[in-house]
Amino acid sequence: MKTILKSLLAITVLSVVFTSCGNGGSKKGAQGALSGSAAEKVYVAPGEHDEFYAFVSGGFSGQLAVYGLPSGRLFKVIPVFSVDAEKAYGFNEETKPMLNTSHGFIPWDDSHHPDISQTAGELDGRWVFINGNNTPRIAKIDLTTFETTEIIEIPNSAGNHSSSFVTENTEYVVAGTRFSVPYPQRDMPIEEYKGNFKGALSFISVDPEDGAMDLKFQIMMPGFNYDLSHPGRGKSHGWFFFTTYNTEEANSLLEVNASQNDKDFIAAINWKKIEEYVNNGGGTKAPTRYAHNVYNETTHTATSTIKEEVVVVDPSEVPGAIYFLPTPKSPHGCDVDPSGEYIIGSGKLAAELTAHSFTKMLAAIEGEKFDGEAYGIPILKYDEILAGAVKQPGLGPLHTEFDGQGNAYTTFFISSEVVKWKLGTWEVVDRKPTYYSVGHLMIPGGNSRKPFGKYVLAMNKITKDRYLPTGPEVTQSAQLYDITGEKMELLLDFPTIGEPHYAAGCPADLLKPNSKKIFKLEENEHEYAVKSEAEAKVVRDGNEVHIYMTMIRSHFAPDNIEGIQVGDKVYFHVTNLEQDYDVPHGISMIGANTSELLIMPGQTETFVWEPKQVGVWPFYCTDFCSALHQEMQGYVRVSPKGSSVPITYTLDGDAVDAE
Amino acid sequence: MKKSKLLMLIGTLLLLGLFVFPLWNITLEAPQYPEPIGMDIYITKIADMNPHDIKNINLMNHYVGMKDIPEHMIEFDIFPIVIGFMIVLGLLIAFKANYKWYLFWFILMTVLGIAGMYDFYLWEYDYGHNLSDKAAIKFTNADGSPLAYQPPLFGTKTILNFVAHSYPRTGAYFLFVGMVLTLVAFFIGKKEHQA
Repeated sequence: MKTILKSLLAITVLSVVFTSCGNGGSKKGAQGALSGSAAEKVYVAPGEHDEFYAFVSGGFSGQLAVYGLPSGRLFKVIPVFSVDAEKAYGFNEETKPMLNTSHGFIPWDDSHHPDISQTAGELDGRWVFINGNNTPRIAKIDLTTFETTEIIEIPNSAGNHSSSFVTENTEYVVAGTRFSVPYPQRDMPIEEYKGNFKGALSFISVDPEDGAMDLKFQIMMPGFNYDLSHPGRGKSHGWFFFTTYNTEEANSLLEVNASQNDKDFIAAINWKKIEEYVNNGGGTKAPTRYAHNVYNETTHTATSTIKEEVVVVDPSEVPGAIYFLPTPKSPHGCDVDPSGEYIIGSGKLAAELTAHSFTKMLAAIEGEKFDGEAYGIPILKYDEILAGAVKQPGLGPLHTEFDGQGNAYTTFFISSEVVKWKLGTWEVVDRKPTYYSVGHLMIPGGNSRKPFGKYVLAMNKITKDRYLPTGPEVTQSAQLYDITGEKMELLLDFPTIGEPHYAAGCPADLLKPNSKKIFKLEENEHEYAVKSEAEAKVVRDGNEVHIYMTMIRSHFAPDNIEGIQVGDKVYFHVTNLEQDYDVPHGISMIGANTSELLIMPGQTETFVWEPKQVGVWPFYCTDFCSALHQEMQGYVRVSPKGSSVPITYTLDGDAVDAE
Repeated sequence: MKKSKLLMLIGTLLLLGLFVFPLWNITLEAPQYPEPIGMDIYITKIADMNPHDIKNINLMNHYVGMKDIPEHMIEFDIFPIVIGFMIVLGLLIAFKANYKWYLFWFILMTVLGIAGMYDFYLWEYDYGHNLSDKAAIKFTNADGSPLAYQPPLFGTKTILNFVAHSYPRTGAYFLFVGMVLTLVAFFIGKKEHQA
């Protein structure tokens, strides 16, 4: 009898499970049915490598995180706009200049849109660029060292949001202002916004050889909000497209006052035409102030230069270079398909997704199919340029990427979903929920001529109940979908640093062979480098003391230093003499008002210590380097100010010397 | 030109390869070294198999009290002279002497080769046994005697976390083939003489 009851119960339970699976309506059931093969698809066996790199911006963390896909494993957080005590970024003497601006040293920013450099419209894996939103800056990260090597501040801008996207051959990385500001910046009533505020669109040239950035020109556009942008590619190479909102030019309660116009614009900029104008001496050289910070990989040291001039271009000076494409309701994302024909505007308050045709745009310009103008810039007729619209696709469209197979994938913030649709027919093919409120999405190469359409990564704004709770502040997350089939398949959720705002991805093989293993000691040209223990020394210069120190498994040279006095400013210039892969050493001094140093093989870094108390104070290696790591330490004797104890320095009782 | 003479000539000249290619190689594998580290031994020097390998071998070995791999050894002066002498001698024999001298050259080269290997063994022995008293890490065998770190003369051997491979390289093959050719030259020369 009992057995029968048990069997009946089992059948009942099973039928419930099957029913819910069969319906596919329940969220949990649908995931359960997928989980088996999904786990296999994201499993990267121990010691194996991921297929793709994903560079995911950290949003308000100011950094850029490197993940592997499909595993979602975090490999490195590259410090870009925020200090990082772990890596001494912004703390050591070498990298402090990287965070200098016209407003002085700024330890933080809000990093948004990474974009990998391109050649002929395809990812070339040389650099990744990223924008700092708050104090407008563009950074360049070298993809051989995965370190930030250049930061350029953008003057006349505020809320540097429609940035940092590259043109087809990385001729330019572009930075557009989200907030318009008075130009020139001045003390004036805010309510006189209209007509007096300008929106600067900045074109930063990138040297094809060494990647050096230079602010070539700024276009002073009407005082709208320039939200996002993307370059033309293929047939539309030479053009750049920026979405705008607040064409109402409201300056208060924008959530209402900037949402009144039925259509805002996508600004189409023929940058080649403007470049030609500037190359021929056009534009105005205007006074300004902005910082240009460059990290030199040979001296291992950054320098910051304040520049005082920028070329500005008034759109009216270059007729025929700029047009407005009317686009419904405060468009946010501005994405160009791999062929360069379609410009997708995501009207975030609109009921449909708008696709403009580049071919039709050129014809409309040719035929002067204008619908008035704004501040002298012709507005093209909406119906003349429209390629099509995706009807009722979802609520709150934000961003679109492409798989290279004729499909587009758009995120919908309000309805929390990714929607797959077809270019040309504008029909919706599939939709999958995200958890929750997705912002950007990323297909490796999805904004180039050659996407790698295997996965899409959706980056969410909130997670609520998706992970173990950690108090009021919970983790942020990204979600990976397989897009190789007709229908998308959710494979993985993984937590991210900061806010995963946007990402750039590329095949691992593009970067792996170029990743640097060590810095060559013989190429180290740091001002205070010492390349052998024999050269190590301590030099007093007034109340400054410079310690030229070396580190190698498992000791410092020198490791006993005497003759330091209270009130001295002691510079530890420490060179890692190792030339072996993955043997960094760290160093930290008790009471130093700064971070540790984490020094890669062949590199020199400097920290400053200002001893405040008499005594004998230890320093030690902070990165577990070797079997005798715990023995890697030293002492500094600090005497009272004016003491007669001379400067001496030894290793194993002997003055530092060749062995 | 007689076949034997030609072979003696070629055999001798193959020794020139020793001035270009490494004679021997010792490679060390360990879990921490997914790319093994090693040294190429030439008659004139010991060189990195990959950049910085010797520096890294020295760094490993200093913990157990082993000396650095010498940048210069007296052998680096002697070996090129000996090989140079044997090439000149071989050429003289090829052009001026009869086939019996071919065998003489071969035997002399064999003796010198064995002496060279013995010398290499002595250096390896000293390198692996003559450890600093102040070594940070002192391992012992089961019987309490200090553990030695001598790499094998020929073959593969496990030393603590390392697997050491010691094998001839291109230079040694040039020498070996050259010597075989001179021996063949002797036998062919003998046949030619009898004919």
